[in-house]
Amino acid sequence: MSNNLRINKNNFIDQTVRISFKFNGKKLFGYKGDTLASALLANNIHLVGRSFKYHRPRGIMTCGSEEPNAIIQVGKDPALTDPNVRATEIELYEGLEAFSQNCWPSVNFDIGGINNFLSPLLPAGFYYKTFMWPASFWEKYEFFIRHSAGLGKSPTKPDQDLYDHQYVHCDVLVIGGGISGILSAKLSAEKGLNTILIDDKSYLGGSTIYQDDDIFKINNETSNVWLKNQIEKLKRIPNLTIKNRTSVAAFHGYNYLLARENLTDHLSAHERKGKIRQRLLKIRAKKVVIATGAIERPLIFSNNDRPGIILSSSIKKYIDYYGVKTGENISLFTNNDSAYETAISLNKSGVKVKVIIDIRENPSSILSEKIEKTGIKILRGYTITNTDGYKRIKSIDVMKLSKDGGSVIGKKVTYKCDCLGISGGWTPMVHLFTQSGGKLKFRNNDNVFIPDENKTPSEQISVGSSNGDFELDDVINNTVKNIKIFLGLDKNKYENLDIKCSKEKQKRNIWLLPSNEAISKTKPFLDFQNDSTAKDVKLALREGFKSIEHVKRYTTTGMGTDQGKLSNMHALGIIADTTGTNMGELGTTTFRPPYTPLTFGAIVGRNVGEFFDHTRRTAIHDWHVENKAEFENVGQWKRPWYFPKNGETMYEAVQRESKAARVSAGILDASTLGKIDIQGEDASEFLNRVYTNAWSKLAIGKCRYGLMLNEDGMVYDDGVTTRLGENHYIMTTTTGGAANVLSKLEDYLQTEWPELNVYLTTVTDQYSTMSICGPNSKKIIKKIIPSLDLSDESFPHMSFKNSKIDNVNCRIMRISFTGEHSYEINVQSNYAKDVWERCIEAGKEFNITPYGTETMHLLRAEKGFIITGQDTDGTLTPSDLQMDWIIGKKKYDFIGKRSLYRSDTIREDRKQLVGLLTDDPKEVLEEGAQLVESLEKPIDMLGHVTSSYFSPNLNKSIALAVVRSGKKLKGKKLIVPMENKNINVTITDTVFYDKENKRLNA
Amino acid sequence: MFIINCPYCGERDQTEFSCGGEAHIERPKQPTELSDDQWAEYLFMRKNIKGIQFERWNHIHGCRKWFNVVRDTSNDKIHAVYKMGERPPIK
Repeated sequence: MSNNLRINKNNFIDQTVRISFKFNGKKLFGYKGDTLASALLANNIHLVGRSFKYHRPRGIMTCGSEEPNAIIQVGKDPALTDPNVRATEIELYEGLEAFSQNCWPSVNFDIGGINNFLSPLLPAGFYYKTFMWPASFWEKYEFFIRHSAGLGKSPTKPDQDLYDHQYVHCDVLVIGGGISGILSAKLSAEKGLNTILIDDKSYLGGSTIYQDDDIFKINNETSNVWLKNQIEKLKRIPNLTIKNRTSVAAFHGYNYLLARENLTDHLSAHERKGKIRQRLLKIRAKKVVIATGAIERPLIFSNNDRPGIILSSSIKKYIDYYGVKTGENISLFTNNDSAYETAISLNKSGVKVKVIIDIRENPSSILSEKIEKTGIKILRGYTITNTDGYKRIKSIDVMKLSKDGGSVIGKKVTYKCDCLGISGGWTPMVHLFTQSGGKLKFRNNDNVFIPDENKTPSEQISVGSSNGDFELDDVINNTVKNIKIFLGLDKNKYENLDIKCSKEKQKRNIWLLPSNEAISKTKPFLDFQNDSTAKDVKLALREGFKSIEHVKRYTTTGMGTDQGKLSNMHALGIIADTTGTNMGELGTTTFRPPYTPLTFGAIVGRNVGEFFDHTRRTAIHDWHVENKAEFENVGQWKRPWYFPKNGETMYEAVQRESKAARVSAGILDASTLGKIDIQGEDASEFLNRVYTNAWSKLAIGKCRYGLMLNEDGMVYDDGVTTRLGENHYIMTTTTGGAANVLSKLEDYLQTEWPELNVYLTTVTDQYSTMSICGPNSKKIIKKIIPSLDLSDESFPHMSFKNSKIDNVNCRIMRISFTGEHSYEINVQSNYAKDVWERCIEAGKEFNITPYGTETMHLLRAEKGFIITGQDTDGTLTPSDLQMDWIIGKKKYDFIGKRSLYRSDTIREDRKQLVGLLTDDPKEVLEEGAQLVESLEKPIDMLGHVTSSYFSPNLNKSIALAVVRSGKKLKGKKLIVPMENKNINVTITDTVFYDKENKRLNA
Repeated sequence: MFIINCPYCGERDQTEFSCGGEAHIERPKQPTELSDDQWAEYLFMRKNIKGIQFERWNHIHGCRKWFNVVRDTSNDKIHAVYKMGERPPIK
């Protein structure tokens, strides 16, 4: 370590705790309290990365979240490595390993640096202009562009860290722990309000906490001492919660905010074990105080991007807070007073300040007078026209500015330096305010956008420099005054503080500083990460881009990871100057969340892996697992898909199961079907209105299939409903439709038909359903319930009986979705597995075969039964499905009835459900395949295949399809064109098997 | 993410509710007597206002009751909440 870069006097860095870390493989040392950036600077390392487009060497430029250059990769563990981390924000810990990004083979020798020499060939919009044509070549270009672009590397293995979410409620949320935030939090908490104070740093106090010059005094104490005492008192207030290392990412409507709390990123690997890495706070605050401060602006001049060029206020922080000299021979360049504060700090620490270049003619203030006494040279009304030095700044060229600031005059003077501090004034951090919906107003005298207090969307207030107050007395007095009104406070002790500070007398702002060279030969960078220059913005304007949003996208200004925190204002200023408009009228680009990048881990929290979504399992699930079922996801349900035996493929298993169900007996777990219990004296009338067919005359103990439409006449859901009693029905819905059908029915009952006395209860989970089908199903039921009369006279198809299996009540329906003689047993779910096992036991002698959803689909397709959602897609009417028989012609009204004879729904050339047989009975069609009449171009698409199987019971391929005018086309030959062949098919009836329904009573 | 004052349960987070679109569109009592155009007006035509809008909301993850909300779509401010069948408290 170059010890001479670290000064000894320091209150914030613990120089007794030495920390070792690695940067680009080199072992280095820092101290407890350092950030990676301060530790690198203490080791005299400025060059940390390469820029995005030209691969220019770039150094640490700031000390906070606005850092555009020092974007690094932390760690190399394939599961834990973290890309695009700002070196200025990461706290140093033992064993930290960091790497430069966007350079190859190394940051010191980077092949992409050749782009710098090609830069005249790479203007704004270069990629858009060059790779536009021919369009088909984009795929080829893309590979190379993607390859050379990109910042950090993503982890390649799953993240092992733990993340958490927490809901937080408070009376007052204060964002920002600088002096205005601390005063606000204190006033709020002392009033007894439940208050939270959030700051993204590890400490409180903002920039005032290291402001120790006696120019800045509060009640006769230097401002840092006074503030430190306030913070000590603050920490003892019980109804105040302080969250350090926490960054507010988003400010939504109704004072709903998201904040990320970093819990372990500052700890060494072994200290992190078993701890939660980050917590996403979901905060609902009654009132919000934004005290997020301001960010210093750079100045825009040629080659303003060299390593060693740092924001002036950051140089001050590195020396005053971290005790790190950013150079041995520093010059400062400014348009305002803050650089003089930096000069005072450097001077006190014994760092040589060669020259201060100030673009103002008469910047006299307490600060500048103090500097003059030290003998530091001040050049007033001058500007820097160029800089030199490749991997570190070596010198600056200085010339006098003309009166209007539009050009330079006189002789060029060159000064040597190894570090240049730049200060272009301050930009209030209004991101969160605008995210919440607030509107900004422009203050002309110092060119800042500040919150418009009349256009504030919720109970919130901006204070301090985020509200445009930059001097100590203004910050304190305005904060106290405004918070008093905002929180309705009485008189308080902060109202009459004795505050001493320097006041800025003169302001002068030039967005793009002039040079003695033609602009085409200069490189005045605006967006350091994306390498967009003032030239690019001017080019965009020449090419006709006028809106700031368009210029931003065309030049990529403000689109890096810093999202334009540093120089968006300069881009706006240059646009305003060039087009002769006022910046206030131009407006800003939109600030979108997150304020600083969030990890995916924090966003998803614990909702990963099996917790990503709910999993619903039937009461019989364990039996399916034991019997080696393959499962299919149906909504959130896990349904057995098929039960492979002895290494069968899915096809083989389904063929076996389908055959067994028709030859002897099959059993299906149908518990996932939605079940709605319907009671009330108007239940029959209600069913009349929601189903297309008539229900009033359905006898107690009978079942009926119903089709439910939307008001637009399209089929929505279907299922069998059973009349259990005079005013009592049980409705079944499709598995996927259960929740939506219930909601729809509730909607009609509450809003359209409140006069109906009907009660709906979902009982999907309370009852389990097993369906036993096949010619031997009757014998199996007889074995389980010997007392039950199963004769067709007593228990015909589409009827139901209450019964008991031992002492377990069950409802038995004789209904069929396979076309076979079959029964559905419904029992309370906690008995379901037992009853299922008894069915299996009783069915053994009949080779009862458990089958899954795939066999169920095949068997119903043989019968031409539809599955809503597979054969329908919300565009088919009952008539389109050839189900006109289910429309209650005599009914006055039901949901969707009027739509069934709209001009569009009575068209004869609508797509209609048909059956398909392939000419080659072995050829199975692909579901979704298109149907055409001829292959002559242009080819007219007539429809598509909706269901397709090889039927083992018919020994041929069968399919259902929707085809334009399909009803009229029976016997017609069509073609299914596939990638490498054309399949000939014939349109048929939709029922393929047992057209006379003889098997239902077999 | 706004807060809705359910007339049955009180203030709850928006995530507990689902929106059912424009309010005060009554299902015609005699649909069969309507022309295609009249039925289409009921079926398809909805307002999409920037400003004050009358909406149906359902406390779907709560009491499951439907009710009406008067919301300014430009800033999500809710001006009134009232039960089904009640008259809007503001014009």
